[in-house]
Amino acid sequence: MNPNLLLAIPLLPLAAAILAGLAGKLIGRAGAALVTIAGVAAACALSVHVLQLLLTGTPAYNAPVYTWLVSDGVRIEVGFLVDHLTALMMVVVTFVSLCVHVYTIGYMHDDAGYQRFFSYISLFTFAMLMLVMANNFMQLFFGWEAVGVVSYLLIGFWYTRPSAIFANMKAFLVNRVGDFGFLLGIAGVLYCTGSLDYQAAFDAAPSIAGKTFTLFNGHPWSAMTVICICLFIGAMGKSAQVPLHVWLPDSMEGPTPISALIHAATMVTAGIFMVARMSPLFEHSDTALSFVLVIGATTALFMGFLGIINNDIKRVVAYSTLSQLGYMTVALGASAYSVAIFHLMTHAFFKALLFLAAGAVIIAMHHEQDMRKMGGLRHRMPVTYWTSLIGALALIGTPFFSGFYSKTALIDAVEHSHRAGAGYAYFCVVAGVFVTAFYTFRMIFLTFHGKERLDHHAQEHFHDVGWSMKAPLVALAIPALLVGYFTIGPLLFHGYFGSAIQVLEHNDGLADLAREFTGPLSWTLHEFIDPALFLAIGGVASAWYFVLKRPDLADAAHRRFQWLYTLLANKYYFDWFNEHVLAKASRGLGLALWRGGDQAVIDGVLVNGSAGAIGWLAQRARSVQTGLLYSYAFWMIVGLVLLLGWFLLRL
Amino acid sequence: MITLGHMLTLSGILFALSVAGIFINRRNVLLMLMCIELLLLSANFNFVAFSRYLGQLDGQVFVFFILTVAAAESAIGLAILVVLFRERRSIDVEGLNSLRG
Repeated sequence: MNPNLLLAIPLLPLAAAILAGLAGKLIGRAGAALVTIAGVAAACALSVHVLQLLLTGTPAYNAPVYTWLVSDGVRIEVGFLVDHLTALMMVVVTFVSLCVHVYTIGYMHDDAGYQRFFSYISLFTFAMLMLVMANNFMQLFFGWEAVGVVSYLLIGFWYTRPSAIFANMKAFLVNRVGDFGFLLGIAGVLYCTGSLDYQAAFDAAPSIAGKTFTLFNGHPWSAMTVICICLFIGAMGKSAQVPLHVWLPDSMEGPTPISALIHAATMVTAGIFMVARMSPLFEHSDTALSFVLVIGATTALFMGFLGIINNDIKRVVAYSTLSQLGYMTVALGASAYSVAIFHLMTHAFFKALLFLAAGAVIIAMHHEQDMRKMGGLRHRMPVTYWTSLIGALALIGTPFFSGFYSKTALIDAVEHSHRAGAGYAYFCVVAGVFVTAFYTFRMIFLTFHGKERLDHHAQEHFHDVGWSMKAPLVALAIPALLVGYFTIGPLLFHGYFGSAIQVLEHNDGLADLAREFTGPLSWTLHEFIDPALFLAIGGVASAWYFVLKRPDLADAAHRRFQWLYTLLANKYYFDWFNEHVLAKASRGLGLALWRGGDQAVIDGVLVNGSAGAIGWLAQRARSVQTGLLYSYAFWMIVGLVLLLGWFLLRL
Repeated sequence: MITLGHMLTLSGILFALSVAGIFINRRNVLLMLMCIELLLLSANFNFVAFSRYLGQLDGQVFVFFILTVAAAESAIGLAILVVLFRERRSIDVEGLNSLRG
């Protein structure tokens, strides 16, 4: 594969971002949109070309393209590892990014920061491509941080809103916690292998697995477990897993296109991608994978519950994203990396679709996000209604929709896993199906069905969105509908990933499924008898009953289960805990260090104290200087006598 | 018979008197100048005494130098005294403490 071709893929969006960002005034609004869309479209086309090359048998590319520096034998390079896994991610990232770019033309139409926005999302595309195409940990980390920075910039895009500034600071800080773990993991790899290259780390994996770290006195830990858990902590921050998930719902303060692109389809899945990429490492640590499994399962189920009680349309989709990220993490924990990537791909399409549809509704309603003030919109915006219905059906796992294949494969893979915690995870993902169906259709029913509850302002300003926003919805609805059916066979069972994902034989629950798999159609029919499907139907039915048939029941339930509602409304008190325990403790510590360490010891004792001591001494010394001639004379004579006496006595 | 011991004793007495005059006297700068003269004279007396005792003229030659220096010194001292008096209308030693720390 030609390295220049690969270089062009991330660099075109970067060039477009620089042009739109620095010369935005010069090229104007239309110019900025055109340049960035052209850049991303070219990247998308080239990514598809790369995927085609790989599918027709071109070997994977793995080589450095630029050596930045060599220090003590450690090479810090820019390099690309483009195999089937990377190519799939590249296509997903650039395609969703392209849709979002086009959608932005309509969404940000009235916004003063038009060029800036285009510049940011193109920059994001560059950063994300660098992340997925990396062949070494340093470049992975660069991409990781770069997407974090762009995410920060975009959450705070409307920087005059205090809530947006709070949210982007929160996202940045929470991600710092995760990145700290990630950095430790990378340091662990460097320590064990002396190299930052993926391939070196993968080759050394069996030997690392035998090593131990002594973290605390006399407690040796398996080096691989420590490294993998540290790396996964990074993934927990980026992919918003409990307890580092708190930033994702708040990130909805940003404009909706970036919620779709960054906080649903691509950036938050970077953690999932990273763990899948590191599968040769993770496979050697059952403990780390169990940890991954339990964290993912907890996120999958409990974040879903939060979606039920939210009335903000974007936040419902955000909690749904959290829950689906939990599903992917569960698949990783069950060693079904390919299933995680499969779900990542289908999720990217249908969740981006749902977000963009929600954005269309918000724009049509003149920036109203409260679902209680919507209702009956299916007549007013039919394209948005049908496409978001496709997205919703895909999300809950309706047969023949893409989400169905990834979700059933995921549940089956967890069922076949023998890892510690798999039972809990299986319960969580199956129960999660009901919850997902319930909140998704609660959102659909509240927004598009029932009586219109528009207030006067929205009534007056209501206008359906233009085609620049509808076209991406349609473009995303097609893969959201179809992609699962056509890719389940190759991706999961016919070895598409090849050596990109490695699973040890005794962990490979997917192999059992592969023996049973004969084709997507028979899979579909087979899964018809799965409990998950009935749970999904039950979820939709109960959503219909509670929202449309008997809305009064919801209020009754609310009153009856007040404590539960309070718990959910406070998001399990994670934010409360962070603010009142962690933040307060660190503020207290900071205050103590400031008052005690800085003000008392450094300022008080060292700086002012030494100056004061000198001053005191000088005060004593100055009283000797009387200024009177005769006393000087007297002391001179005293000195003379002493000197003479000493001189004479010595003689 | 006047011996070297007598002369040195006289010189010591003169020296002690003048030193005492410098820092016991707290009233008058003029007295202080005079005491310094006396101090130098006691040193001169020593030179002359030893010159005679040793039968060499070197000591007596040295006395002339000292006398010259003393004359110059008292001229400058008196000039300072005149300026001081003009400035402060007093030659009180107690008052001259503006260098106090």
